[in-house]
Amino acid sequence: MLIEVQSLNVHYGNKKVLENINLSVSSGEIVTIVGPNGSGKTTLFKAIIGSAPITSGKIIMSPSVKVGYVPQVLNVDRSLPLTAERFLSLVNNRNDQGLLRAKQFLGSEDYLSTQISSLSGGQLQRVLLARALLNDPDVLLLDEATRGLDQPGSAEFYKKIEEVRESSGCAVLMISHDLHVVMSASNRVICLNGHICCQGEPQSVASSPEYRDLFGSNIDGTFALYQHNHKENKSRISHSNA
Amino acid sequence: MLDDFMVRATLAGVGVSLAAAPLGCFVVWRRMAYFGEATAHAALLGISLSLMFEFSVFAGALFVSVIMATAVTIGQGRSLFLDTLLGVAGHSCMALGLIIVSFISGVRIELMAYLIGDILAVSKTDVLLIWFGLGLVLLLLIWRWSALLLCTLNEDLAAASGLYPKRENFVLTIALAVVVAVGIKVVGVLLIISLLIIPAASSRSLGSTPEKMAIFASLIGALSAILGFNASYVFDTPTGPSIVCVASLIFLFTLTFSLLTEHFHPRIKIK
Repeated sequence: MLIEVQSLNVHYGNKKVLENINLSVSSGEIVTIVGPNGSGKTTLFKAIIGSAPITSGKIIMSPSVKVGYVPQVLNVDRSLPLTAERFLSLVNNRNDQGLLRAKQFLGSEDYLSTQISSLSGGQLQRVLLARALLNDPDVLLLDEATRGLDQPGSAEFYKKIEEVRESSGCAVLMISHDLHVVMSASNRVICLNGHICCQGEPQSVASSPEYRDLFGSNIDGTFALYQHNHKENKSRISHSNA
Repeated sequence: MLDDFMVRATLAGVGVSLAAAPLGCFVVWRRMAYFGEATAHAALLGISLSLMFEFSVFAGALFVSVIMATAVTIGQGRSLFLDTLLGVAGHSCMALGLIIVSFISGVRIELMAYLIGDILAVSKTDVLLIWFGLGLVLLLLIWRWSALLLCTLNEDLAAASGLYPKRENFVLTIALAVVVAVGIKVVGVLLIISLLIIPAASSRSLGSTPEKMAIFASLIGALSAILGFNASYVFDTPTGPSIVCVASLIFLFTLTFSLLTEHFHPRIKIK
């Protein structure tokens, strides 16, 4: 077991953000967390990496477990001059081999010497992933890592993740809104809404009533959401006509 | 050598500028300008206490700066936003300091020296204290450089790399308090923030890496101190404000230069 979360509670003041979370990630697994906005997904990640205060419960992770983390956003102030290459070397334990590997991962990209603040969304995501892979992680934490990427871009991103997992055997714990990707690529899906609504294999989660309540009945989540909106628009129109 | 007040003043000015400039880069990157200013203003309470109980002004300023900056860092996010909390804490301390000073006879005239500095009055001990502070600040920054940069970029990334962002932020708080304390004799509590920010802002267009930016900022800071001191000698103007004005001129110069190169760059490329 790489990460084990036991009856975790995170409260911000009186607000209960996470309640009684139990989950575990073993090596080689791809586990995806889905849930609506404000359901505590990012807070759960922050608790795991140690940057959110834990109200009660435990997170068991051996100190030898190396974590590669890709944040949801990286806002770099334009006043800070920092090239992509320098950003990659910005780690505590300098690892020349890892640095070489990260550069290979980025391929013959010529944007290594570009300022981080002027990279495009897709380039920045790849640089962030390359950095997360630097230390040969045992587990990758991806927080909506394809945010801001178009469909080919995010498809390519997930392909990279799959390649990395196959070559290094690391586990992947990710937060995603791409429900169709989640269903095809994950070993396990955790449906979060403050508490864990349901978890298990993608098919069993997709057919559970809790999941349907949150995302609609179609397995292809994006289509379901679209249909849902469509109906809502229609009813609003008929309402105003009446 | 230190018997010459000109040498002492130059060494003091250069020392404070060299300490302030690289730290100022972090102040600019992290948008902590108001944090720095409020901390410096709060130091006035420390100064007035040290005048009342007759202990070192340096120690008093350092003590109050550290306490206020730490209290604000701990308290932020609980009920008020950081800038509001800073405004309350920094200026309450300053007001209290001014009241305390009014109770001590004969000090009111001296107060101006602590507000805008009195570099010509620095003693040998002051110079040594300033360079000791400079050494401390540089050691702290060099030791924690990469960690501080990563925390500046993204605290979650830093936490995932095994760092403790709060501890790293405390390093900056301490360094800031030291710079404020050693800067009082040179530019005073009102102007110290400008020695932090202006050289860093001037060097933004010159450096392509954070390290280069910090080095350019230090050079600009030292140059401002030397030129400003000489200008104040020639034109008989107050020294602290003169140093700041020279730094501002350098800022205008590099800003114009960077705007011009940006503006003409495409045309040059076509040729």
